[in-house]
Amino acid sequence: MADIALAPRRAKTEIREATAWEQLRHNRNWLGFWFMLPALAFLIFFLAYPLGLGIWLSFTDTRIGRVGHFIGTENYEWLWDDAIFWLSVFNTLIYTFIASAIKFAVGLYLALLLNERMPFKALLRAAVLIPFIVPTVLSALAFWWIFDSQFSIISWSLKHLGLITQNINFLGDTTWARICVIFANIWRGVPFVAITLLAGLQTVQPSLYEAATLDGASRWQMFRFITYPLLTPIIAVVMTFSVLFTFTDFQLIWAMTRGGPVNATHLMATLSYQRAIIAGQLGEGAAISSAMIPFLLAAIMVSWFGLQRRKWQQGESND
Amino acid sequence: MTDLPAQKVDLKSILSTPARVDNSEGMSYLQSVPRRIVTLYIPLSIIVVILLFPFYWMGLTAIKPDEQLLDLDKYNPFWTWNPTFKHIHKLLFESYYPHWLWNTMYVAVGATVLSIIASVLAAYAIVRLRYKGANLVGGLIFLAYLVPPSILFIPLATVVFQYGLFDSPLALILTYPTILIPFSTWLLMGYFKTIPFELEECALIDGASRWQILIKIVLPLAIPGLISAFIFCFTLCWNEFIYALTFLQSTPNKTVPVAIVNEFVDGDIYRWGSLMAGALCGSLPLVILYAFFVEHYVSAMTGAVKE
Repeated sequence: MADIALAPRRAKTEIREATAWEQLRHNRNWLGFWFMLPALAFLIFFLAYPLGLGIWLSFTDTRIGRVGHFIGTENYEWLWDDAIFWLSVFNTLIYTFIASAIKFAVGLYLALLLNERMPFKALLRAAVLIPFIVPTVLSALAFWWIFDSQFSIISWSLKHLGLITQNINFLGDTTWARICVIFANIWRGVPFVAITLLAGLQTVQPSLYEAATLDGASRWQMFRFITYPLLTPIIAVVMTFSVLFTFTDFQLIWAMTRGGPVNATHLMATLSYQRAIIAGQLGEGAAISSAMIPFLLAAIMVSWFGLQRRKWQQGESND
Repeated sequence: MTDLPAQKVDLKSILSTPARVDNSEGMSYLQSVPRRIVTLYIPLSIIVVILLFPFYWMGLTAIKPDEQLLDLDKYNPFWTWNPTFKHIHKLLFESYYPHWLWNTMYVAVGATVLSIIASVLAAYAIVRLRYKGANLVGGLIFLAYLVPPSILFIPLATVVFQYGLFDSPLALILTYPTILIPFSTWLLMGYFKTIPFELEECALIDGASRWQILIKIVLPLAIPGLISAFIFCFTLCWNEFIYALTFLQSTPNKTVPVAIVNEFVDGDIYRWGSLMAGALCGSLPLVILYAFFVEHYVSAMTGAVKE
């Protein structure tokens, strides 16, 4: 009987090579390619290609309605001697630095406050996030009205408190204008920082604080040696995003000051819009926006190292 | 020898009296109420008031009569006793505002749907098909997340012009996904990773194709993630400004943020009422949406950062 089992049995259908069509349908790599296709098409046509095109445009003298010619680094040389460009770089750096630092400090503080146990916590958290939900331009318009030169509610309140006698010319004075746009940016950015850091805080185990209390740690020591080290990875990521979006900010400035007074609030993004779209000098505008790329790369490097540190903390290998 | 207690212990009364009420949890008993007021409630309420004041001001301005807006001495500026709907009426019936709202909605829904479809496919392929180079592609998509619109709008303007899409909502529907796809792909990758792989193995053994697995097993389980991605993308679209400012020109085609900045800002000293009414009506749809999906928003925001 055993020879029946040993006898070779013919499969009903021959095993055959998979046809090219079947490989396209079932092979893991090809299937992955088909699934990726829509996303890749968008990202290549409308992101990677324009990114390259932007750098190319910065080496040409293209204007709106006229094809440009390659002119080498002339745009950059022109910008190198342009005081307004350097002013915009200076403004951008100041704006980014001050706004990000305060956003981080206030955001972390607000996250720590929201992490306490209290009534109506969910409601408060929801309310805090509203500035982030409302379109930036629309809240910037509200600030424009709050900082109006004649009818500002802040001037009115300070006058009635007897602190000042004249209206403050918020958006007409160079220093005040800078302070106002930075304030508006902080106002808009704090909820994002606070809510993301709050999510990080909630993962810290309460038993660590209990142990520290038993050891006699003060509140500052608990923050310094427990909360802060455990939060660093998420702080790195959040701050990278925050710096990136502050650095390339456009809409807040455009809605509030359009770069004025006397270019005191022009950021690189608003200057490139003004030169490229309003004045029509696409090449020069592209050079200004390409000049932002090195700064962005620096910010991405920070994020990268922040993420690596996180893997190491979680005990994974550094790959 | 210890003496016996002189009195009989009344066990029954001890057992029936409740223990001292202690509702404090964790270490909260260490903090006194006055201390909490100073270190917690006062700073918190100051921050929350500052964060919400512009919206109060926006809403108040939108319903104040004109003469009260500009006369700060005769009327108390912080309140009004005779609200008017004149500004909102003017906005809705004497301007293109309904058009702009419709445009914004149309562009936001179109771009969001396109990007969600593309991101679902991409995220599934990266997480579950794990084709050759999937991790590299995932990293590249994360990098795409970090490319801001401010450095893309000039070359994109020339691209849009070449494709003949200038001044058409289609230009926005096609360019917004570049902002949305990287974000929602990362978010959905996180969600897909939490779905047990065994479910898919079972389906594969039962002869389901990858497509069927995605539609019938993975997507129904990832619905919270899809809602998060959808409303967050929708908000980003509504908020987007620089592309809409650059690619749209004719007044009826504009989106709400661009139209308010460009069309309402004129020399008129009485413009504030309608300007703030416009800002209020442009924000309300998002705030209402947000009120229904707070948790999804928070998980979308934190999820994309954590991954």
